[in-house]
Amino acid sequence: MESTDLLEPTERLELGKTKQLTTQETLLQVRNLKKYFPVKAGILQRTVGHVKAVDDISFHVNKGETLGIVGESGCGKSTMGRSLIRLYEPTEGNVLFDGTDITNLSERELRPIIRRKMQMIFQDPYASLNPRKSLGSTLNEPLLAHKLYSSKKERDEKIKDLLNVVGLHSSSMNYYPHEFSGGQRQRIGIARALVLNPELIIADEAVSALDVSIQSQIINLLEDLQSTFNLTYIFISHDLSVVRHIADRVGVMYLGKLVELANKNDLYAEPLHPYTQALLSAVPVIRNTGVQQKERIVLKGDIPSPANQPPGCVFHTRCPAKMKICETQIPEFKEVKPNHLIACHLYQ
Amino acid sequence: MSFLEQKAMVTEPFIVEENHNYVHESIWRLMFRKFMANKLAVIGAFLMIIIIGSALFAPWLAPQDPSKQVLLDKLSPPGEKYILGADILGRDTLSRLLYGARISLLVGFASVAGSIFIGTAVGAIAGYYGGTLDAVLMRIVDAVISFPSLFLLITLVTIFEPSVFTLIGVFAVFGWTGTARLVRGEFLSLRSSEFVLAAKTLGIRSSRIIFSHILPNAMGPIIVSATLGVGGVILAEAALSYLGLGIQPPTPSWGNMLQSAQNPQIMLGAWWYPLFPGFMILITVLAFNFIGDGLRDAFDPKISE
Repeated sequence: MESTDLLEPTERLELGKTKQLTTQETLLQVRNLKKYFPVKAGILQRTVGHVKAVDDISFHVNKGETLGIVGESGCGKSTMGRSLIRLYEPTEGNVLFDGTDITNLSERELRPIIRRKMQMIFQDPYASLNPRKSLGSTLNEPLLAHKLYSSKKERDEKIKDLLNVVGLHSSSMNYYPHEFSGGQRQRIGIARALVLNPELIIADEAVSALDVSIQSQIINLLEDLQSTFNLTYIFISHDLSVVRHIADRVGVMYLGKLVELANKNDLYAEPLHPYTQALLSAVPVIRNTGVQQKERIVLKGDIPSPANQPPGCVFHTRCPAKMKICETQIPEFKEVKPNHLIACHLYQ
Repeated sequence: MSFLEQKAMVTEPFIVEENHNYVHESIWRLMFRKFMANKLAVIGAFLMIIIIGSALFAPWLAPQDPSKQVLLDKLSPPGEKYILGADILGRDTLSRLLYGARISLLVGFASVAGSIFIGTAVGAIAGYYGGTLDAVLMRIVDAVISFPSLFLLITLVTIFEPSVFTLIGVFAVFGWTGTARLVRGEFLSLRSSEFVLAAKTLGIRSSRIIFSHILPNAMGPIIVSATLGVGGVILAEAALSYLGLGIQPPTPSWGNMLQSAQNPQIMLGAWWYPLFPGFMILITVLAFNFIGDGLRDAFDPKISE
């Protein structure tokens, strides 16, 4: 990788190994995570129902890997990401980071470790930077808050290194967000996520707002950073080809539930869940590349409201392979092939 | 894959080159430039500087003692001796206008400072923490708004001796509700913005998020509402003084100068007597409104140059 040569040496460089060498150690374990938003109505604002944005999701993320999460708009991908990092309070379930249950920790307890080790890259490069703060002060603030360096000189040094790492000029420290382009701003967002030396980064649609040529630059940068700093990513996106490129394993979400989770190659070559099959068949293929366009599976109807989920399997209202049992029983999310989990009655 | 082809094309890391022709500009300078581009706002600012300057330097600018009565000269028309004429007790109108500006501006600025402080604190707490606290605070705001304010002002001013400080207190205690609603709205939308979420995941404390991230981004509407508020308070003070419930004579204020000209004979016979204080109120309120509009445009990120 050419661009790695340009990276500044940092204290964590020696940890940088290639992806293949990482052990299968679990970094994040998610058990039965639920996030329900109450629906309130009337003068007294009584709760009349719940939007089940994330409904009973379990998975794990290994150290050093990239877990891709795909699904259509409104399926709860972002809510899940924000619940993992405790921006939202999960309704039920547990999130274990490096073996520690972080679900019930107070903000004060989260601060010393979790607020350093788990970070997030946001979707909108315009909304994710404080317009009143210069680049330097945006990056300086977390270092100050965690008292990581004693002198201003050391902090400035760290920030300059970091700017070089993400491909920005170190002289841009005094500039304000409005003076950067979208792609540059996203680099700033990445630098901010890296400033506390995290282990896990949740990238919530991190490249969706960028145009395609910038997308690939940012993806390359994320990959370089992963190998340099031994980072673990949860990469949330609706773009199947981006996820195919960057992820090691891919989870597919539908209406707040994880319906399929498998290694990238297995999932893209042989999707088992009818929803995943339909989703993949919708990816456009460029002619003359030798890849056969799969037969397009067109789903009927709209995605049901997460406030009013259908009973049984949530996908049964649109499923081309629906059976009687699907209308009443919720399918279990289980392993049907090695490392291939799926929630579907067809395979139980 | 189309995406892989894209990736192959872009191998060079993207470095922002230092551009020496580019002068970087802080957000405040950018706003100053936008403000200066608005002609009415600049005129307003110019007027305001003159008005504030003449109020500050009143003792040096005033040709006479504002309470010196020369009964022989009562209702003198504007002329050599009295540039803007004299009032019914033979006091120099220009001197009284200059000293009156001090009172009117003091009441305007001090009451607005008080009401902005209360309103911002209440609005920030309600908007940032939300939930029950928000509901309770906003019901209090509703209750304060639903008081008939003029009636209440009159009652309060009658109970407490009408003085500059009672007036300021009453305007501050009843003028904060608009600011509270405004600030609450700003906080409500900013607290879920991505840069605030990012600050949270970085472990920045709530107090710092409120003061260093959200408040600076809500300053625009607050400053605009303060500027427009000063004009409003000056008008309200004039109205109260006109009813005889504001600043009490012999202390001059623009409102009580108008009040002493209420007599129809004076109004018709000595037109200069009510004209000048009225004109000052008009100019001042207009200046503040122009400035407020200019600031609104300067702070609005959606309106580009």
